[in-house]
Amino acid sequence: MATEEHSDTPDRKSRKSVVFDTEAVVVEGDGTVTKMASAEAAQDSAQSHAPSTPPLSDALGAFTNPNEAPVEEQAPAEDGLDLSMMKKKKKKSKKTEEADGEAAADGAADEGGLDLTMKKKKKKSKKTEEDELAAKIAALEMGEEGAEDQAEEPKEEQTGDMDKGTGIWTHDETKPISYELLLSRFFNLLAQKNPDHASSGSKNYKIPPPQCMREGNKKTIFGNLPDICKRMKRSEEHVTSYLFAELGTSGSTAGAGQLVIKGRFQQKQIENVLRKYIIEYVTCKTCRSADTELNKGENRLYFINCHHCGSRRSVTAIKTGFSAQVGKRRKMRTG
Amino acid sequence: MSIENLKTYDPFAEADEDTGESKQAQNYIHIRIQQRNGRKTLTTVQGLPNKFDRKKILKVIKKKFACNGTIVNDTEMGEVIQLQGDQRKDVQEFLIDKKEGLELDPKTIKVHGF
Repeated sequence: MATEEHSDTPDRKSRKSVVFDTEAVVVEGDGTVTKMASAEAAQDSAQSHAPSTPPLSDALGAFTNPNEAPVEEQAPAEDGLDLSMMKKKKKKSKKTEEADGEAAADGAADEGGLDLTMKKKKKKSKKTEEDELAAKIAALEMGEEGAEDQAEEPKEEQTGDMDKGTGIWTHDETKPISYELLLSRFFNLLAQKNPDHASSGSKNYKIPPPQCMREGNKKTIFGNLPDICKRMKRSEEHVTSYLFAELGTSGSTAGAGQLVIKGRFQQKQIENVLRKYIIEYVTCKTCRSADTELNKGENRLYFINCHHCGSRRSVTAIKTGFSAQVGKRRKMRTG
Repeated sequence: MSIENLKTYDPFAEADEDTGESKQAQNYIHIRIQQRNGRKTLTTVQGLPNKFDRKKILKVIKKKFACNGTIVNDTEMGEVIQLQGDQRKDVQEFLIDKKEGLELDPKTIKVHGF
């Protein structure tokens, strides 16, 4: 394993569905998570899952026919839902708001106030577009306030230790659990049951920090270059040539594999260059793993082969560009 | 659809390295930094598209960034703008800037150095 450290956040994209021993946790394409611990719970989650879609259609209906539709459609839906549902719905409408401002605004308006004052506001504001927009913004704000009030309550309700199975997490609990809680539970379980999951394919890749010493006044010694090269599985020549090209200097190797670079460089600067090198010549662009190999392919091109995902890509050869003449001209002429 | 016979280049000709490389160099604008004595540095801008007048660019840059600079004619790299001090960030922003810059694509610019 090339990776040294476990990243603290688990890799979230790697699996679409994960089946655990007793319960199934299903991640759908759109990122919604459904947990099925038992038949009962399955029903609950199905129930809780279903209403997350209607608001959109409601919103759309409201958009096409804003004056009539919401009252009829929204009312039964509200009766059937409890407060945690409202919260979820709010989430949904917030999302759509980004995607489709107007429809969401209508939806939010529906939710936020089924009271008449809101309705009146909307009806009045039909006259001009600008008015409408302003009203929508106002309606959105109102809706958010309303939703916040409602959102407060389920938080108090849904407590309990998910490991011990108390509170909301008890086995025969019939209350629908809010999305956030379920999601946190999912990732908790994921990390618990697959401890190695987080480390595999993680992009956390560590090299020892470069050791820089000053030699005299104008030279820098890069001490642990062989060490770093070994860790990156790259030849020292390649790394040094890249360093020189990037830093716009020259240098030589002293004994024990140390690199002497002309010019004053701090450790931070060298580290930056090394980081660039790793991005360009070490990590695999497809899977981001650092378990790669650099070799010369046909016709003088360099290729990176990834051992992790098997992809192959070409990389540009290192080129030193224009380097201005620095120092005394007389020296250059004679030397 | 393209007809193979109507293509202008000869596929059997030797791939000319020089032209290929110069093309590559033209694709990217390289902004480099070089250390001089003490805390002094030089910034070089290489590979500006030919449609721009370097003299005018230099004049604007010199005024804007309050630094001196010259145009160096390099045999390989063509005309290179050389500026005093570390102007990498400024130059990059200037090249990208839509209002008072060159409106270049940020992808074509490569900033080198530490």
